[in-house]
Amino acid sequence: MNTALRLIAIVMLAALMAACARQTTPEPEPPVVEPPTQQPDTTETDRIDPRDFTDVRNLDNPESLLSQRVVYFEFDRSNIRAQFRPIIEAHAAYARANASARIILEGHADERGSREYNLALGERRSDAVSDAMSAGGASGSQVEIVSYGEERPVCRNSDDDCWQRNRRVEIVYTAR
Amino acid sequence: MAETTILRRALQAGLLFALLLPGLALAQLRIEIVDGVEGAMPISIAPFAWNATEPEPANTVSSIISANLRRSGLFDPMDEEGMIDRPVRPPEVRFGTWRLLKVDHLVIGEVREAADGFGYEFEYHLLDVLTGRILLSQAMGVGPGDLRFGAHRVSDAIYEALLGVPGAFATRIAYVVASNEGTDNPLYELVVADADGFNEQAVVRNAEPILSPTWSPDARQLAYVSFATGRSNIIVQDLYTGQNRVVSSERGINGAPAFSPDGRTLAVSLSRSGSPNIWLIDLQGQQRPRQLTHHWSINTEPTFSSDGTEVLFTSDRAGRPQIYRIGINGGEAERLTYEGRYNAHASLGPDDRMLAVIFSEGDEDYRIALHDRESGRLSVLSDGRLDESPSFAPNGSMVLYAARQNGRGVLAAASADGRIRQRLVTGAGDVREPAWSPIIR
Repeated sequence: MNTALRLIAIVMLAALMAACARQTTPEPEPPVVEPPTQQPDTTETDRIDPRDFTDVRNLDNPESLLSQRVVYFEFDRSNIRAQFRPIIEAHAAYARANASARIILEGHADERGSREYNLALGERRSDAVSDAMSAGGASGSQVEIVSYGEERPVCRNSDDDCWQRNRRVEIVYTAR
Repeated sequence: MAETTILRRALQAGLLFALLLPGLALAQLRIEIVDGVEGAMPISIAPFAWNATEPEPANTVSSIISANLRRSGLFDPMDEEGMIDRPVRPPEVRFGTWRLLKVDHLVIGEVREAADGFGYEFEYHLLDVLTGRILLSQAMGVGPGDLRFGAHRVSDAIYEALLGVPGAFATRIAYVVASNEGTDNPLYELVVADADGFNEQAVVRNAEPILSPTWSPDARQLAYVSFATGRSNIIVQDLYTGQNRVVSSERGINGAPAFSPDGRTLAVSLSRSGSPNIWLIDLQGQQRPRQLTHHWSINTEPTFSSDGTEVLFTSDRAGRPQIYRIGINGGEAERLTYEGRYNAHASLGPDDRMLAVIFSEGDEDYRIALHDRESGRLSVLSDGRLDESPSFAPNGSMVLYAARQNGRGVLAAASADGRIRQRLVTGAGDVREPAWSPIIR
């Protein structure tokens, strides 16, 4: 297993936990995705174009949509909100261009209500992202789904802020 | 979460799963009355005579019976210190004394070593202090090591003789304890304890989540959902042999197991054909799994009616989760709950009349509610914000459920009429997913 990946995982987890611990943040809206407006510097030949969604390096490039791997949902809903479409489309484009890429879509729910219903809800969210990825050109054999329901929250307080962060699908690469 | 963690989780899970520790004793579960009823019946359980070669245990049979009856909230057993007399047989009872002590009923008895030296014999009598009549006289034998179980059976008989419904003391409860969640070494334990909190034992320990434990009708087996492989699987665990087997590991969700009343079929929720639907698995393995519901919506949390002819389940086919029923041979599903925006996780009372659910009126508070299927009346039993997993006692007297208190999962129980409340106090960890066993024969 790649040490760099492991490090990235740890950093992402730490960032999530830090976000979780920030109690004073009054507005817990999930991040709104804006395509980067900055033009890449074309004079540097090895400079990565963050909008090149076929480039593996953009998976770790914070300027690229490909570095974003979480889609958030509204309560008891599984429809994909407009601001998350570009993320899913970027990953679909990557999968289309990289036939060896393998992705698991991990569906999650917040803690409210029954655990089994939430397991089903998590799967429905994964399905929604999977459908959007297929529409974007990812092949069915590249994408797997799994639901963890409410069993793997990223945030453990019983409040709206945490619940929003927990209602999510994580896009996890098992091969790039 | 990144790809590295998945493999690590699977490895940890595999290793721990191989090291199943059946019968690992834990700290004791304690059950406390939070609210009792006015005018609980005064009763006195006189110390039972002890006629066996080994010394009498510190927790005597009579003290176990007294504690059971007190915990039910319906009885007010007299403390042993207050008893002037310690009769063992009916002719020894001086009723006048007990009338002065304002006791309505008196239980007397004896525990003997069995004639063949194998276990114990109980002989006991329930007396009406006012009339001097014997209401119940019984003798029974229990195996060695089953002294507490014998006391529970006596408690059940007293309860039934005085209240007209069977007791539920000779039962057990199962639940899940989660520890160190959100750390590198989370631990999930499937725990079984006697209904009075004694003999708490972890029957499964796992690094991955465990949910939805449910009892077989003979109370010998538990079916539950395990994420040991990183994905949901349904496992049946034998509590006596310690053996377990995976009964469903289909693609997608394998969830919400429920035994049929004859113990031969397991109803589950599988998403192998697309959306989660109810399937019936033949536990003898003679027939292929049969799909019972066919709907694009979520269909989960099946539970059988007491005669096994229908299955109740949760579905959001009308937009939000509600309870439906369907015949065991399929057909049209009929919606059962209309009151409230959210009704899920149905647990049926013993005569199928009462339906305990997770209930919410507006997504603010999730509480345990009872639907009376005859009168159509709805009553809310609990007062938490995130109450879930209702499970009826086999006699219908109490509903056990999970709640959150100060950010921690705890267990609680409420009587079906809402008047009695209990709190189940455990050791450390997040406690959830309680399931009350059938009566153990």
